[in-house]
Amino acid sequence: MNARGLGSLAGALRHVVLMLGAVVMLSPFAWMLLSSFKPQSEIMSGELQFLPQRWAAIENYAQVWSRVPMGRFLLNGAIVTATIFALQVLVNLPCAYALAKLRFRGRRALFGVVLLGLMIPMHATAIPIYILFHHAGILNTYAALILPFMISVFGIFMLRQFFMSVPDDLIDAARIDGMSEIGIVWRIMLPTALPAVTAFGIFSVVAHWNDYFWPLIAVSSKDLYTPPLGAAYFRLNDGGTDYGVLMAAATIVILPLALAFLLAQRRFIEGVTFTGLKG
Amino acid sequence: MNTAATTELRVAHDRRDLREALAAFALAGPAGALILVFLLAPLVCIGLLSLTDYQLGAKSLQFIGLDNYASMFGDRVFRRSLQNTLVYAAVVVPVSVALGLGAALLIEAGSSLRAFYRTVYFLPVMATLIAMAIVWEFALHPKFGLVNLSLKWIGVAGFDWLQDRRVVLYTLAGIGIWQSVGFNMVLFMAGLQAIPRDLYEAASVDGVSNAWDRFRTVTWPMLGPVSLFVVVITAIRSFQVFDTVQVMTKGGPNRASEVLLYTMYTEGFEFFRTGYAAAVTMVFLALVLVLATLKTWFLDRRVHYA
Repeated sequence: MNARGLGSLAGALRHVVLMLGAVVMLSPFAWMLLSSFKPQSEIMSGELQFLPQRWAAIENYAQVWSRVPMGRFLLNGAIVTATIFALQVLVNLPCAYALAKLRFRGRRALFGVVLLGLMIPMHATAIPIYILFHHAGILNTYAALILPFMISVFGIFMLRQFFMSVPDDLIDAARIDGMSEIGIVWRIMLPTALPAVTAFGIFSVVAHWNDYFWPLIAVSSKDLYTPPLGAAYFRLNDGGTDYGVLMAAATIVILPLALAFLLAQRRFIEGVTFTGLKG
Repeated sequence: MNTAATTELRVAHDRRDLREALAAFALAGPAGALILVFLLAPLVCIGLLSLTDYQLGAKSLQFIGLDNYASMFGDRVFRRSLQNTLVYAAVVVPVSVALGLGAALLIEAGSSLRAFYRTVYFLPVMATLIAMAIVWEFALHPKFGLVNLSLKWIGVAGFDWLQDRRVVLYTLAGIGIWQSVGFNMVLFMAGLQAIPRDLYEAASVDGVSNAWDRFRTVTWPMLGPVSLFVVVITAIRSFQVFDTVQVMTKGGPNRASEVLLYTMYTEGFEFFRTGYAAAVTMVFLALVLVLATLKTWFLDRRVHYA
């Protein structure tokens, strides 16, 4: 904002304020982590203590794994998010290319529908899709968790935006060489769009790993629970007041994304707020 | 012009157009079909369902016109739910937008530790909300939680944050703010970075010398579109509040934290009053669409001077 830089007093003040904010932002995480290391007696002591006096981490984390199928929950999260993303690329990338580079009747209508879809939150369509799945008998399956998200109008919009900036000569050259449109999509467009596809991938994985609403209604058996469902299940059924173990469970659930985020912050921030289009 | 040549040219063009159309059909077809099944058809269904008395599992349903809407607006629970959702949004939007802007301005104002602050402020946005809701629930425990213990340490009495009817909605709003500040901050940072440096130089040539005037004459006007965008996005996200309510309060105590999506969820998936839940969904959809349309309209009509 100010190219000249701050004086040292203003600079120090800036850090003071931002650090205070940082403490507020981080304190739940610190609380979670530290509590997961404490035995129940210390947690219930009613005293504010940061570090545990007795190290109970192993007991707490071991109890998480023995009381709920946490491994299964994490695996489900991985399966569901990976499959959703793979299918999303398969379905939406070609569509984005067609909208960006091909001329066909109904192109404008299709794009109009995409724009409309951007405004619709997924909660609004949940009930009819649930009824559809109920009648199709696929509730409580991986398919129920994955199918509704194969289509991603956000992905189409974003990728189309990107493709429109790709020069036509690249494509024309490929056509002259006899490449089919499908070949162009997968052998030229996909590699070119890799940064955009990565950003979209991050957005998709984060959104679906963290999704609670749809899995809550689509799935009822424990072996299909995704991490959020698993955490909520533990809290509501078994965790009760074993706060140390509960905090350990929470830590495990957020750890994968948090670690990935710390390793690749810029990409994550790009992906989750990509041109900030999706609300 | 040679007639044979023009005909050949036209046939070649037609063949190419056909080829393109067929390719487009193959490439966009699957997406188009899925849009129909998972976006358009459900939208129509939700509208139609809201006019019926359908209950999931029932053999038949009847059209009852606007009866669902009538009973909805006459229902104390629904009215409370709608009010709570609006109050929640009214708290979360201004505070998280202001804090996000403040954080962005402060971070951009200096050059040290930017990446650190950006990471720290963005972490709450990324962390699985359900897990953090469980953490917050513990942190807000009246006797053993971080918040009340810290307050006790500085000699202030704490509230029963989640059980006290007067406070619970604001507690949830606080968590919503905590989770949104980083998101808004990043959007504002992008907006700030897009402001051309020459504008500031031109301003200082015109005699604008201190930070506040710089903000008032250059930064704030240039942030106009971004600010509107952030406000609308935050509002839409606020209307979608669900996870924290479902896990922490279940709409209680006594509907004090009942929100629109939670009502839709209980009516639709716990009581299976599908028609009624569809009507609740329509209200939710109306709120979101109004905002989304506002955003599209205003942002597409603005003129940028950059």
